[in-house]
Amino acid sequence: MNWKQAFSTSIGKKLQMSLTGLFLILFLVVHCYINAQIFWNDGGKKFEEAAHFMGTNFIIRTVEIGLTFFLLLHIFQGLNLWLRNRSKRSVRYAVSAGSETSAWYRRSMGILGSLLLIFLVIHTSKFWIPNRASQIAGNGELPLYEMMKHEFQYLWVVVIYVLGCITLAWHLVHGFWSSFQTLGLTTHRYKGIINAIGVAFAIIVPAIFALMPIAFHLGWIS
Amino acid sequence: MEHYNMNLTLKVWKQKNNKDKGRFETYKVKDISSEMSFLEMFDVLNEQLIAEGKEPVAFDHDCREGICGMCSMHIDGRAHGPWHETTTCQLHMRQYKDGDTIVVEPWRANAFPVIKDLVTDRTSFDRIIQAGGYISVNTGNAVDANSLPIEKQKADEAFAAAACIGCGACAAACPNASAMLFVSAKVSHLALLPQGDPERKMRAMNMVNQMDKEGFGSCTNIGACEAECPKGISLENIARLNREYLGAVFSGSSNE
Repeated sequence: MNWKQAFSTSIGKKLQMSLTGLFLILFLVVHCYINAQIFWNDGGKKFEEAAHFMGTNFIIRTVEIGLTFFLLLHIFQGLNLWLRNRSKRSVRYAVSAGSETSAWYRRSMGILGSLLLIFLVIHTSKFWIPNRASQIAGNGELPLYEMMKHEFQYLWVVVIYVLGCITLAWHLVHGFWSSFQTLGLTTHRYKGIINAIGVAFAIIVPAIFALMPIAFHLGWIS
Repeated sequence: MEHYNMNLTLKVWKQKNNKDKGRFETYKVKDISSEMSFLEMFDVLNEQLIAEGKEPVAFDHDCREGICGMCSMHIDGRAHGPWHETTTCQLHMRQYKDGDTIVVEPWRANAFPVIKDLVTDRTSFDRIIQAGGYISVNTGNAVDANSLPIEKQKADEAFAAAACIGCGACAAACPNASAMLFVSAKVSHLALLPQGDPERKMRAMNMVNQMDKEGFGSCTNIGACEAECPKGISLENIARLNREYLGAVFSGSSNE
């Protein structure tokens, strides 16, 4: 038994990506459910209630620390794998197969992930970081619903958010299936259903997220 | 299909040895028959080079019937050329037409260093096999064929995995230069059978450790290996290797 080996070999590093990735997928479900409360169109009442619970509940806040850690580990290990794998072929092919042998998004997880990281920096600096900073400073929670309403008036913000959601969708099409493959769960019997759920998830969740800034911008929600 | 002859331009990788930087050389070949295999076309080229007093192109080949895994050319960006589940020796010139230009490179991965021109050193695969691709059997007379009952489905899966010829196309085609399809085929073929059971956990761990040591990359489940494998080894084997490896590590096998 060697715990270090479990996470440090080439498969071990992938195991880290897989487990943190699945945790982030669970986070997306919760995040999407909470934010979708805006679609009640009740002036943000239900949304603010849910956001207040998420922002103040002790257990949720503790899990949030884990989430931050797993997200950073996913980013660090992802970039590490990307660089490490690139170093395994010092002399590159003059002609490469490209999409003849594999789909572009399966080859581009590093780039898609880096774009998502840029989006996350923009996104958290608009909502999550100011909100927590205000709480820590003792000024209480910020009016997130009003902030969304304000931010999504600007077309360029909406465009960045929609692009972020499209990037997320492609990242998930590969990432969802890939995390189960790394855990060895994509057997002959289950691989079809895992892939189908993965593709459905990768379309539905980012689509719901993308609808939020669009709905605010077009005044569907007031 | 009608037979025809063609003239071709070849851009072939020439490299003196492991230390040499290497470069592409352009050659012209004439009157190549559509009935020739790709390697026979290279034989014609080498005959021509010898007649001209030039050095022929070094390339690997052995059985020339698609079963040994020796031929290893990367043709126009594709391991073993553009045909599905085909080795280079079974790629035939009817794929090409008169006037085509074909780019031929060696397998490129740090774990497959170039020995000369298109010949690469694939002994890293041998060392991975030595690390765990074996079973313990008692010597003596061969046992009765049916003394060990094996389910038909498992026997078929093991056989499909055992079809791997160790050619290295998976690692050559993988954007990460990962050898996971090869290792997974070898682990699968033994893990599915009772004969492979005694070393099962050790095998998965030791072969993965050796694979890392040889300088292959990590699998990111891209699937180019499966698309290029001349023997149609499935990605399901990689899932099985992951299962075998994680099972071995977390259930506490010794690492010898």
